[in-house]
Amino acid sequence: MTQATGIGASLRRKEDMRFLTGHGNYVSDVSLPNMTLAVIVRSPHAHARIIGIDVSEARKMPGVVAVFTGADLVADGVGGLPCAWPVTGKKGTATKEPAHPPLAVGKVRHVGDPVAIVIAESLVEARNAAEAVTVDYEVLPAVVGVLDALKPGAPVVFDDIPDNVCVDWEVGDALATERAFSKAAHVSRISLVNNRLVGNPMEPRAAVADFEAARGKYTLWTTSQFPHIVKLLMGNFVLHIPQHKLRVVSPDVGGGFGVKQFHYAEEALVTWAAGRLGRPVKWVCERSEGFLSDAHGRDHVSEAELALDENGRFLGLRVRTVANMGGYLSTFGPNIPTNLYGLLLAGVYTTPAIYCEVKAVFTNTLPVDAYRGAGRPEATFLLERLVDVAATEMGIDRAEIRRRNMIPGDAYPYQTPVMLQYDSGDPAGCLDKALEAAGWNAFAERRKASLEKGKLRGIGLVTYIEACGLAPSRIATRLGARGGLFESATVRVHPTGQVTVLMGTHSHGQGHETTCSQIVSQRLGIPAENVEVVFGDTDRVQFGLGTYGSRSAAVGGSALAKATAKVVTKGTKIAAHMLEAAEEDISFEDGRFSVSGTDLSKTFEEVALMAHYPTDYPLEVLEPGLEEQAFYDPVNFTFPCGAHVAEVEIDPETGVVELLRYVAVDDVGTVINPMIVEGQIHGGVVQGIGQALFEDCVYDESSGQLLSGSFMDYCMPRADHVPPIEVHTHSTPCTHNELGVKGCGEVGTIASPATVINAVVDALSHLGVKHVDMPASPSRVWRLIANAGFSPARS
Amino acid sequence: MKVNITVNDRAVTADVPGHELLSDFLRDRLGLTGTHVGCDTSQCGACVVHVNGASVKSCATLACALDGATVRTIEGLSAPGSLHPMQKAFHENHGLQCGFCTPGMIMSAVDFATVTPAPTAEAARRWLEGNLCRCTGYQNIVAAVLAGSAAMQTTEGARST
Repeated sequence: MTQATGIGASLRRKEDMRFLTGHGNYVSDVSLPNMTLAVIVRSPHAHARIIGIDVSEARKMPGVVAVFTGADLVADGVGGLPCAWPVTGKKGTATKEPAHPPLAVGKVRHVGDPVAIVIAESLVEARNAAEAVTVDYEVLPAVVGVLDALKPGAPVVFDDIPDNVCVDWEVGDALATERAFSKAAHVSRISLVNNRLVGNPMEPRAAVADFEAARGKYTLWTTSQFPHIVKLLMGNFVLHIPQHKLRVVSPDVGGGFGVKQFHYAEEALVTWAAGRLGRPVKWVCERSEGFLSDAHGRDHVSEAELALDENGRFLGLRVRTVANMGGYLSTFGPNIPTNLYGLLLAGVYTTPAIYCEVKAVFTNTLPVDAYRGAGRPEATFLLERLVDVAATEMGIDRAEIRRRNMIPGDAYPYQTPVMLQYDSGDPAGCLDKALEAAGWNAFAERRKASLEKGKLRGIGLVTYIEACGLAPSRIATRLGARGGLFESATVRVHPTGQVTVLMGTHSHGQGHETTCSQIVSQRLGIPAENVEVVFGDTDRVQFGLGTYGSRSAAVGGSALAKATAKVVTKGTKIAAHMLEAAEEDISFEDGRFSVSGTDLSKTFEEVALMAHYPTDYPLEVLEPGLEEQAFYDPVNFTFPCGAHVAEVEIDPETGVVELLRYVAVDDVGTVINPMIVEGQIHGGVVQGIGQALFEDCVYDESSGQLLSGSFMDYCMPRADHVPPIEVHTHSTPCTHNELGVKGCGEVGTIASPATVINAVVDALSHLGVKHVDMPASPSRVWRLIANAGFSPARS
Repeated sequence: MKVNITVNDRAVTADVPGHELLSDFLRDRLGLTGTHVGCDTSQCGACVVHVNGASVKSCATLACALDGATVRTIEGLSAPGSLHPMQKAFHENHGLQCGFCTPGMIMSAVDFATVTPAPTAEAARRWLEGNLCRCTGYQNIVAAVLAGSAAMQTTEGARST
């Protein structure tokens, strides 16, 4: 029975039942007695000085309980939202970390910047009163584009940062790279934009707070990927609530994708207000409000050059990127376009010299932070676009140029010139498998068939690597992280042998209740149905760093494996006593402690019972009970890699790109649940296809107004937009964690934007098109075709 | 405005203000929080329920317009402890991840299966155009809808014979 529920089984998900029947418990479902409803008043301007805020009329409106502004928070000593991962720039310069008050003070810096919170007996009353809050603004010129923000005379987002530069960062060896370029037989260049995105998990953010005065205890229910970090950041830095008097609960959370891994103003506002009012306060974000208050993703402008020798071998790579930080620093903002980007620029190649400079700049836009893939899709997009340009310019097949430069299988561990050391991987194997599955070699015939129909067909290929399993604390803190990135797991064995697992990671769609049960099932030899997995409650789980950066299996799963090993160790001692044998003679397999060479044994359940009912127990040397906690800090990142192929057909009359086929071959290490891994890759790939073909977060350049502020204007991928995704795994186990897992949550999103755009460019390259910025929308593609003078009739 | 609505086989009489949306009526008044609200422009479909047997977006339906109507939500699709064939198909085909879009997807899919005699993947994708999912890439949802449709036809067939 355990075989079927252990590692490697496509076990159907345990968490499904409540979601299928409408019995999930999301934050917006939380309702408390005597609860009030909150609405946030937000800035309609991208950049303005606040001359005054008049809340007197709003306070008189029916049902209004309270109206607070930034001044109230300042008077109460409320702190700003902290940045948890600044980086060190060139010559040791520090990241500039301007104050980020939960309600704006003095100035608003983006459309949607919160200026007041209105709390009323009902949502309708709160909304009406919010309309009555009068804010007197002196509107200032706004800047939204990163290149504009760097121009002399550009509007200044923070008065004391006149150049709008948050940090000017570099990685790699500038001199060695320059030398590489001086020896180059050919240099390929590209300028590109990685467009701004809105993550849009289907569940909008929400927060409910309660204060129990008699215990002096706060509880916050929030849509968070990392409740313990919210507890630490908000409790310690913003609201000064002692950690033992604050409980943060993230119950069922409807998707995260990074958007929900930051500490947001609204969390602090409702918690603080609940304390002030002595009543629960609930805030639920509307979708259009989410567009104006969720941290955004990507938004890079880059130039890159690749130096090659006469055989197409990469000699050096030089990258200059300007990255948007928005109007304030979000929790991990500065880390994303630096460490999670520059350090990935080696890709799966042996490029010996790399130098990358990143300027992170402030603008009058929403803060930009991690969004699924976070820095790594940007690195892959830049590198893989550039490799295609080089292949085309040098007349080398795109698969061949990649193969020629690929890290050989026997070169692992492989030290890149940009700090990372890859432990394992077989990108060449992934590439072969992807080309085979996609029918790469027979493409010419398919292209011909399309042309006969008047369509332009293209095929695109990408090989990629990702650093995930965030993160080895020693490395992360050296890279600027203000905290460890280990994980914890507790295995609580009940007297009857069933198990409750307490995880520091958080599941918001990834199926951890199932995969964690599978790990326990495998390790303790009990059926997965005998395992309950608990997460998302800081009063139940002692500590944890949450879920992001594809870390749950690699870091959390490793902690869990370690905790089960401790359970087995203690169980072995108990069994040895029960069986009157030496500990070293006891082995544990399939849920049974046996004395080697005999038929004597005790089941896991018998040992669990003895631990709780110690009638025959070595109490002098061993504590009763059977619960073990483990903390696991990885020694390195994990490095999933792979190869993806996409095939598109373009209608030259309309510019519409139809994605015909998508093949993904990924090395995610050991696969715990193939069904779940495939599902993660499907979703990840489609999110990346969204960026490549549909999604674009656009601000009006002069007013700083968000033009794509709802699902009417921001094109989310829909069921009829995408083909089936063909997923294959090609696993090499991670060498430094016990389970051999690498991570699968982000690989799809990392590879697919570049894969699809490479296919689009391939379809248009005979027209002289070298690059297409994302999204490859019909208007953009049609213009490229028209500008090339291509007429379908003449083709 | 006084309305009599049958929700999940239960008669409900309520005095609703003219602006009250069916989604709020279900969630706030009746505590049926399985119906989700994922947007404010009637684009996402997380709020889909059945009104008189057909799928509607409850965020774009006024409760006061439903006097005499029959409403079924995800909570009323199957008896406690059992699953509707479409719910079972979503489970078997891993047609859900975070679960937020799931109630709307399933309610929409049941309507699709009811009105589509010969469902295809293409037809399912077209039908689900009004239901957004950010997690699954739709692939397993489409597989689930086809499996669920087939299972519903078998069940219907069994029932009618």
